[in-house]
Order: sequence, then structure tokens, then C-alpha cells
Amino acid sequence: MIHDIYHETLPRGELEALQLKRLQSLVERVYHLVPFYRRRMDEVGVKPEHIQTLGDLEHLPFTTKQDLRDNYPFGMFAVPMDHIVRLHASSGTTGKPTPVAYTQRDLDTWSELMARTLAAGGVHRGDIVHIAYGYGLFTGGLGFHYGVERLGATVIPVSGGQTRRQIMLIKDFGPTVICCTPSFALYLAEVGEELGLKFADTRLRVGFFGAEPWTETIRQEIESRLHLEALDIYGLSEVIGPGVGIECLEMKHGLHLFEDHFLPEIIDPVSLEKLPPGDTGELVLTTLTKEAFPLLRYRTRDVTAIDYTPCRCGRTLARIQRLKGRSDDMLIIRGVNVFPSQIEAVLLDIPGVAPHYQLIVEREGHLDTLEVMVEVDESLFSDEVKGLQILAQKIERQIKDFLTVSVKVRLVEPRSIPRSEGKAQRVIDKRKIG
Amino acid sequence: MKVEQISVFLENKAGRLAEVTRVLGEAGINIRALSLADTTDFGILRLIVDQFDTARQVLKERGFTVGKTEVVAIEVPDRPGGLASVLQVLSEAGINVEYMYAFVQHSGKNAVIIFRFDNLEEAIALLQKAGVHIYKGEEVYKL
Repeated sequence: MIHDIYHETLPRGELEALQLKRLQSLVERVYHLVPFYRRRMDEVGVKPEHIQTLGDLEHLPFTTKQDLRDNYPFGMFAVPMDHIVRLHASSGTTGKPTPVAYTQRDLDTWSELMARTLAAGGVHRGDIVHIAYGYGLFTGGLGFHYGVERLGATVIPVSGGQTRRQIMLIKDFGPTVICCTPSFALYLAEVGEELGLKFADTRLRVGFFGAEPWTETIRQEIESRLHLEALDIYGLSEVIGPGVGIECLEMKHGLHLFEDHFLPEIIDPVSLEKLPPGDTGELVLTTLTKEAFPLLRYRTRDVTAIDYTPCRCGRTLARIQRLKGRSDDMLIIRGVNVFPSQIEAVLLDIPGVAPHYQLIVEREGHLDTLEVMVEVDESLFSDEVKGLQILAQKIERQIKDFLTVSVKVRLVEPRSIPRSEGKAQRVIDKRKIG
Repeated sequence: MKVEQISVFLENKAGRLAEVTRVLGEAGINIRALSLADTTDFGILRLIVDQFDTARQVLKERGFTVGKTEVVAIEVPDRPGGLASVLQVLSEAGINVEYMYAFVQHSGKNAVIIFRFDNLEEAIALLQKAGVHIYKGEEVYKL
């Protein structure tokens, strides 16, 4: 089902004309309203009037997560605070979150894009939608929430956690649609099966899964265990939240990017050269219509390839492949973004903890686990078991407070964490994904 | 009245304990008493040796995390209720035993037990007042 037939099926030529018009207006706005962009554009000698074709996008500077951090908290906003009606935030790389802002019009756009997302999975008025993404600063919960309301369907705003209660609600309230991370979907399947729930007997028909990497195999498992169609979604809070791209129920072959709002490029993350369609590289997005927090050529660090051929579902919007990984060291643990540098920052705050650490990521059952190996030197050592256990618990608690992710700290002997030449191997990811 | 104990941090993996004893053996150090506390993730080996400083040095050179703790060596009558009588004195005074372990060999007819207290000075004074025999460090290293 196509929610916005006009925009989602525009012939490529008309779509590009719309993109160019919006890009020119965006560049004009950010040049005059955001000192950061003006400085960057002046540095490379590009003025708004130099953007004459979509190809001129390449003359504009990239924006990175580091730039957002340097302008913390509100330096990247393009409207006065009294025009901003909502703030969300994603986790930053060193502990400070990255705030993102929305004007009323941005919220309308977002709701509309989420309505498109849901409609691509066949959701309509009369459906009951169980939203198990977290509500709060995270964009997942509220993003879906507004999309469901826009469509006129019924929202059950469950948020995360309380799995047994969620099973009860699925049984008693009869949702037809579910939205959560793929790992939580499998966990729900497991708990539901334990509690004797037959998913075939529930009304669930389709699910929207994202916020972490997953594979075709996991899709098949979710579909067979939860008895529904599983769709992959794409989004990131810096760009808007969920609602950047969605698979269509008809094909389930690549995620349609809402190109009338987000202009995509694929680049080589090392040379920064633009790559031709079909080549795998880093996805770069320019937000064409956002008012409060516009981004020029934002480096998402997500690795994928793009396909511009129209889809059999009728959409002309380009499709990106299922994400293949990251071009930086970010980990996604149970849907939460974790950078090794954040863990390092916590460890270095604890007196006596050596800067040598290693992160082991595994998947136990369907949930990710993160183990932090910390070397015990003489200043931390105690001849009593409880002394060392208290130390491990203290580190676990501080990491949890900082990152909102539970980890297990394992104390190890000095020099038992391998020192490699140059870049240390900080992360061992044993999850079988991708 | 105090005895110097070496503690060594051990990861729970094969061969670590053997490595400690091998290093000490090669340095000609004799282990007088030992205990091993273990958890699922790690262990703490506690040792009384005949040459404390040398033992600490060779272990550190081999990359082990080594700690020093002062403990008390107490002579306990080798008969039923012998240990109970000593512990009774401590419990009446509200002194907590963090851990304890027995010496490898006997001294005459009595057993030697190593105690680790929270409050070392208070424990020594109390035990002496109760007439319990406490060994001097030099005596213990040579036992």
C-alpha cells in the first residue's frame, strides 16, 4: 500500500527537479542560519548560488558526528529555540548525547514519513499497533507512535521491557502490528512459547523491525515463530529517527529511501569519493526539508549500496540494501549504540583502572551481551574476594549509568589483553550477523 | 606478631597456579602455607613463603599482580574444640575473621592457623590477653 502516491511514485526526472529545488533552499537556509555551515562553506569557497545541479552537492563539505559533538548542545540548530517543539537525543561517542530538534513542521513531516513506512507494510485505519520500541529521548517509540496516529490506526504504547506483560497484551488486546528490535522480537517469541502462547492464534500480521543489524535468516525465524511478515526499517535520530527508509511488503528487497526528503549518496569511506550506483560504501544523507536540525552530507557510517531501478511495488524511490555494517567502531547492543570510546571514558574515570580493556560481544539466545575485560593491577588488587567483586560491580554500575546498557565486567591479569601494534583490537564481536 | 602474606591475582584458566609455583620453585622459594579463594571468573592465591621480598619480586617480574597483606599466625591446640576456643574469644569481642587457613605442617603437637582480620591490632591484643600463642614473623617463615 502506498500512502503518498504522488511523492512515492514520482518519475525520476520530476523527483530530481524537486530534490534540486529543496536542496537549493536548504543550502540557502543553513548558510545564513547556522554559523558552522557558513564557516565550512566559506572555507571551500562554495556559496548557495553555486548549487545549480544535484551534482553540485559534491562541492559541499561533509558533516560528521564529531561536528555535532563540537557544536553541543544546540549549535547546529537552524531555528530559534522558541520554534522548536521537541528534542530527542542519540547516544554520543563519549558520553554526551547528541540532541536533535524538531519544529512543528518537522514533526508533521516525520509523522507523514512514518505513515508511509507503516502503509508500506499494509497498515491502515482499524489496525492495532503494539509499539515496543523505547519511548523517551530515543526516537523509536515516539516516531512510530505519531505515524500510527497519522494513519488513524490504534496505538498501544507499550515501550520496552516487561516481556511477560507484553505477551499478555498481545493475547488480550489483539494487536495486528508490532514494532520492536529484531532481537526483542525473538525474545518475545521465546517467552511467548514458554507461556504457552500460540502466535498463529494471535492477530499479528506484520512487524517493523530495526535499530540494529539483522539478517535474512533472522527474518525467516521471526516470520515463522511470530507468524507475521517481518519488514526491515532504516533510520537514525540525527537524520530524523525511524522513517528514513522501509522495505515494501510486496518485494522485501531493499529499503525504499524517502528521497524527496533525504538525498542519498554512497561514498568510499577512505577516499571520500562518490561511488556509482550498485557499489558498496558509506551512506551519506542530506536532509532536504528539515527545519530545526538540517544536515548537509551527513556521514551515517552505515555501509550499504543503492539501487535506483523502480520497484515492482510501484515506488520509484531508490532502494538501499540491508545494512552491511559500519565504517566506524560503533556497536549496537540490544538496540543501544555503544562506542568503545564511551567505555574507555568510564574506565579512565575510575582511579587505578588501566587503559587496557577489551570488549567481547556475544549473543546469548537472542539477546546481545557485552563483556568488558579489565586488567587488575596492584592498585586495584585486593587479597579478599569481596574486594574484587565490589570493584567489578562498581565498574558495571558506572558503565550502566553512563550507557544505559548492562555489561559484565571480567577482571583479568595484567598484560593478558593483547597489545597490538598500532590500533589495539578493542572489540571482539562473536555475534553471527551480516 | 604479624606475618607478611603474598596474594596473587589469578585468572580462572588452566596453568596459572602451576606457573606461580614453578616461578617460586625456580627461585628457590619454599611455600610454607597457602590458600586459594576462587570465584567463577578469578582466583586469589595467598601464600606464606620463606623469603617474602624475593618471592614478590620474581612474581612481579613474571607479570603477576601481587599484593602484600599482614596476617596473624596463631597456635591452636590440636584437639577437639581447639579452634572453637580461639574463635570464641574473637566472636565475643565482635572481631570479624576475613578468612583463615591452616599451615602445611604442625609445630610440635599444635596446629598453626593463619588469620586475616579487619582490625589486626585489636585482634592481636585480644588474643594475647586471652593467652593464645601468636607466632612472630621470623618463626613462621622458618617453620
